This record gives sequence, C-alpha cells and structure tokens, in this order.
Amino acid sequence: MRTRTRSSRRAVVLMAVAALAAGALSGCSKDSEEPSDGATSASSSGGGGSDKGKTTLTMGLFGAFGYQEAGLYDEYMALNPNIVIKQTTIERNENYYPPLLTHLGTGSGLADIQGVEISNINEVTNTQADKLMDLGKAPGVEKDSFLPWKWGQATNAAGKTIGLGTDIGPQGICYRKDLFAKAGLPTDREAVGKLWAGDWQKYLEVGKRFQAKAPSGVSFVDAAGGVLNAILGGSPDRFYDKNGKIIYKTNPGVRAAWDTAAGFAEAKLSARLQQFTPSWDQGYANSKFATVACPPWMLGYIQDKAGAAGKGKWDVAATPKPSNWGGAFLTVPEAGKNKDEAAKLAAWLTAPEQQATLFTKRASFPSSQAAYALPAVGEAKHEYFDNAPIGQIFVKAAKDMPIQTLGPKDLIIQQNLSDVGMLQVDQKGTSSKDGWNAAVKAIDNALDQ
Amino acid sequence: MATDAPAAPSEKEGAAPATDQDAILREERRRERRSRWYRRDVRWSPYALIAPFFVFFLAFGLFPLLYTGWASLHRVELTAPTDMEWVGLRNFSRLLSDDFFWNALRNTLTIGVISTVPQLLMALAIAHMLNYRLRGSMFFRVAVLTPYATSVAAATLVFVLLFGRDYGMINWALNMVGIDPVDWQNGTWTSQFAVSTIVIWRWTGYNALIYLAAMQSIPDDLYESAALDGASRWQQFLHVTVPSLRPTILFTVVVSTIGATQLFGEPLLFNGSAGANGGSDHQFQTLGLYLYEQGWVNLHLGRASAIAWTMFLILLLIGAVNWLVSRRLRKSS
Repeated sequence: MRTRTRSSRRAVVLMAVAALAAGALSGCSKDSEEPSDGATSASSSGGGGSDKGKTTLTMGLFGAFGYQEAGLYDEYMALNPNIVIKQTTIERNENYYPPLLTHLGTGSGLADIQGVEISNINEVTNTQADKLMDLGKAPGVEKDSFLPWKWGQATNAAGKTIGLGTDIGPQGICYRKDLFAKAGLPTDREAVGKLWAGDWQKYLEVGKRFQAKAPSGVSFVDAAGGVLNAILGGSPDRFYDKNGKIIYKTNPGVRAAWDTAAGFAEAKLSARLQQFTPSWDQGYANSKFATVACPPWMLGYIQDKAGAAGKGKWDVAATPKPSNWGGAFLTVPEAGKNKDEAAKLAAWLTAPEQQATLFTKRASFPSSQAAYALPAVGEAKHEYFDNAPIGQIFVKAAKDMPIQTLGPKDLIIQQNLSDVGMLQVDQKGTSSKDGWNAAVKAIDNALDQ
Repeated sequence: MATDAPAAPSEKEGAAPATDQDAILREERRRERRSRWYRRDVRWSPYALIAPFFVFFLAFGLFPLLYTGWASLHRVELTAPTDMEWVGLRNFSRLLSDDFFWNALRNTLTIGVISTVPQLLMALAIAHMLNYRLRGSMFFRVAVLTPYATSVAAATLVFVLLFGRDYGMINWALNMVGIDPVDWQNGTWTSQFAVSTIVIWRWTGYNALIYLAAMQSIPDDLYESAALDGASRWQQFLHVTVPSLRPTILFTVVVSTIGATQLFGEPLLFNGSAGANGGSDHQFQTLGLYLYEQGWVNLHLGRASAIAWTMFLILLLIGAVNWLVSRRLRKSS
C-alpha cells in the first residue's frame, strides 16, 4: 500500500514536471520558429500554403483602418511574394494607445508597423521619436505627395518624421433637406453652405432661424459639444503655443469657440445628445436633429443609423470654416525585426493610389494631396446623400485647412472641454461660465503629474 | 523503478565472509539512500505540487502589488514608464486635497450602500421563499442565478438603453403613469440609482443562493418547535432563520462591500462612449474609474498607483472591521 501511494505520487510529480517541461519547450520552439527562416507553424501560415523563406510583417492597429477589407494586403502580397502580412486590431484607441506606450518603453510586444491616432501623434512625436524609425528618409516615401500640415504633425523639431499619414477627416455639415424646407430655409447644398460661409457665428444665426419654424421635437444640431469640436478642429492655434506652452485658458480663440458652442445650448438649438452613444443613434433614426458636422468617415455611420428612410433626405454642405476631425499615422518601431520591409510596406500603404482605393472602398479620406487629382477621389459622389459631390467638398476643406499647432495633451484638453464642460452646459443647463470653470478644473487635475 | 528485489547475495562457491559483509553494507547503504530519498520526497513533493499557484501568485499577484506600491512613491508617466522620479508620499498627500478623489470616494460609498443593502435584503427574501417546498424549485434556483451569468458589459449596455432619456423604456413607463421623463444619466442621485440597479440585478440571485444553502442546513426541529410554540412564519424567519444565518450574512456583507469598493465596469459603460470621467459632473465616478482615468487616460502611473494602494488600504480596513464584528458576534452568541 505504502509503496503504491509513493510510486503513484512520484508518477504525479513526474507527470507534472514533464508537462511543465513540455510546455516550456514548446514555448521555446514556437518562438524560435516564428521569424525569417519560417518553419510552417499554425499561426504564421495565414493563407494555408507554405511560408518557407517568407518574411512575416505584423500590423498593430486600432479601430477600422480598412486595409484588409479593401484588399490592400492581398495586393501587396501578390506584388511581393516573399512577404506575409498579418494584422491585429483593437477596437478602441483608448485601449490601444496605453499598451503601445508600454511596449515602446520596453521595446517588446510591438508589431512591425503600429498605427497612431492623430490626437496622440504629437505626444508620440515628442516623447517616443528615438524608438521609431525616420520614415521621412525611407525608400518610396514622397514628402510632397502628402498635405503639408499632415506631414508636419508627425515631424519633430529635429526634422525626424516618425509617422506617415493615412487618412484625414476634413469636415462638412451634413444636413436634412426635408427639415430645412419645412423651416423655410434653402435646401440646395451650395445655397446652404453660403448661409453660414466664413463664420461659425453665422451657423448659430441660421440655427436660430431654423428653430423658430422647425417641426416640433426637431433641434438644429445634435450636441453643443459636437459644435465645439468642429470649431476647434479648424482653429490654427488652440491649446498650445508654438513653444509648447499650454495656453488654452487664455487663448481668445478657444474662448470664442466655447462661447459660440455654448450659444447653441443657451438658445436651445441642441438635441442635447452625446455623440456615439445609443441615444445619439436613436436621434438619427427618429429625426431629432437637422445638422451635424461630419467628416467623411461619418457618412457611412449616418447611413447606417438613419437607415433607408433617410436616403435622399440627407445632404452635405461646406462648413463655415475648414475643419478636420480625426485621421491616423503609420509608424515603424526601431525594435522591429523587419524594419526595412516594414517601412516599404508603410510607404506603399500610404501612397496616393492606395489611399484612393481606401477612399473608394472604405470612405477613409486621403491625406495624400496627390490622390486628389485622381478621379476616384476628386469626382466622388455619395448616393445616399443625394449624390453630393463629396470628393469636391472634402478636397476643398482639406486643402484650405490651416496648419494647426498641436500639443501632447490635446486629446485630454478637448475631451474635458466637450465631455465635462460643454456637456454640463448642454445637458444639465449649467451656465456657460460654470461649465467652463468645471472643464478647467478637470483639465488642470488631468494634466498635473 | 522495478528493481525492488533485494540484491541476491552472490551464491558462488562458498561466499567469503568479507563479500557477505560487503553485500550487507551495500544493502544498508542502499536502504539508507532510499529512505533519505523517500523523506525528501515526502518533504518536498507537496511544495512542487503547489508551486504553480505560487509562481503565478508571485508573478501576477504579489509583484504587481509591491511594484504598484513602489510606483506610488514616484512621479512616473506611461509615456516613459522606466523614468521614475522619487517624490515620497506626495502622491498620497495630494489625494487629501483632491476634490475628484473625495468625490469618487463619496460616490463609491453611496453607490455601495444603495446597491448592497437592498440587494442583500432582497436576496434574503428570495432565499426564504425558495426554501419552502414549491413546484419547480430547481427552475427558480437556476433562474435567480442567470443574471450572474450575464457579462457586465452586456447587462450594462441593455440597462443604458432602458435608462435612456428620450427613448428609454423606464421613462416610457413613467410617462404612462403621468410622471415626467427623468434624465437618468445627468442627475447625481438618478445616475447612482441607475448604476446600482445594474449591480442589484446582477448579484441578488447569487447571494440568494448562498443564503439558501445556509438555510437548508438549519435543522427542521427548530422550526417544528417554533411552530409548536405558535410562531408565525414571519416570526420563524425573524427568530430562527436570521440568527442561524448570521455568519453567512456577515460573509455576504463583506464580499459585497469589497465588490462595491471595486465597482468599475458598470459606471464605465453607463457613460456611453465618454470614457472614465463618470458623467459630465463626475456624478457617478467611482474610485475604480478614477484610478483608471488617472492611469490609462491621463497616463499618470504614479498617481494611479497611489489611488490603487489607497483602495487596498480601505479594503484592509473593511476586513479589520469585519473581523472585530464577527468576533463580537461569536462571543455574544
């Protein structure tokens, strides 16, 4: 009895040790067979064939860049038979960005190409430049094909360009023609654009005219915070001065944007919705509001949420002043194993032709000004929005966009301005002054290290 | 090892006494070795068996705890996590004058109370009802546990729709009985009430099952003699059930309190896409959310670590209070 328990116990120990050892060994072997000399492993044989002698490039992205869906990886792999592209993507940037920073800090866990959102690009350019390749000098990259302001956003003071621009978000105003007609306003997109051309304050005045005769339950805009973001998205100087000093509190431009946006809440022109919440979606479906500032990537969203009933009722006009919302960059970490191949891929993906493809298939607007000359971009129309010439509208907005002074904490400042301060004014009826003070208090706390 | 048979003494012609001696010695040494190995086996094998747990605990439990403590004494940003500047207890002392921290602590407390108290009372009532013989009791027992099996995210997203200001079902129902729609998300109490309902919905059944299990171990004769003495069911519940459940109730109170202190997913998702600020006025920002906002939105690892450690100390305090109370209870009974 005794010997039996002993030997069976020993057997268990042996099995446990064996299992651990096997686990460790298989872990090792998996690691070592991953890169260049590529024995076919389950994980790296994406296409099912043998990947002998192929280089696997990994893309770490957030949200929907759409490269895979637009077929660009397949096209590149067909052009470069020695390359296999794999992509991992995290839905939300706030879950993607902090791990990216820790990975850059430790130099591990990085993909060969990493996407960076526009609201983080200044922080990355200023704090992580030594960990990222200078793509300005990479083969196949043509500086002049990019919009100058987009190129400048990823270039640091020393002239090192760490990111190549993908899409941008030049804005228009999406508006409901049927509701405009009921309120006695013009419906033609040219005429509508002229109503408020040149000044966001005029947009407010048109809103008051609209609201006076609007059908009951319909507001002029979705949210005062949305207006604030749209105005700030086109302001040349905002939260930082040229020397990197935080000036949002005293900058008259920011305060003027705040006052205009708060005007929408005070004059009750807002449907008091928060963007990208379920009730905002319901607002589209139930025709709660008549206008919304919309970058190209939002058109598909509106189409989804407003549904078939909204077809032909929505249209796109120009914004009072050019404004940009969103966009991203591709970077190549220095710690990557296949840096040079990765840089080539990044250059190819951001080249004019590929940006045009992405626009046609996924409505990501090119940051490559060379792409605007292509008919697929410049002459694009959107059927759902009554065949609005969106190519023409957005190209004009993109070209007229002023060069903005960005700072590392733009995202936090803007978020607190709209989601704390302006949201209080809009939804709780807080006075404009108290809302501003609440935002300032939250920002000061957030920026204090 | 199958060489258990004793080594046969060599049976060659007339074994010399010397070789005999040798064999015995060898045998003894072998036995000695084996028993030493056996002793070692008995002594160390259990450690080998529990080692995996401790390795994981060290890597994912103790190390992060200590490292968080170390980080809380530094100024360190997520943009440069290796770049640490010693600041002593400054991260902790600044919490004392940090309005957002106190607001979060207050919210955690109020949401904790308005979710834990009704939740446990309801759980007790449900368990009491399930404890009677009733048809399909198994069905009801499973049914009360189903909310617990739902993911926080899924449940919260549905509740966000129910509590919607313009098209929410709750406001629609209120409207039917002539009450004006309530802006659930923006009011301090309304938003905290809404968050609490998600917690209550999810955890009531879980606690009810714990109570039920404890109730079933109460001997029947207690009830029988109580019934003989003319006690009503309500009196039986008050004077038999509740006193017998005392340790169980204490256990659920502690577990729920810990859960309430760490409340995170529900208030985060109740805020739509707006992130970790817990509403425009931070009206339902809990300690967990504030920690997340400092660390992963504002990227201040040092400050976030200090909040994490403060939460840890609060939990230790709760544990100590619980220990004192349970000791008092044991003495009195």
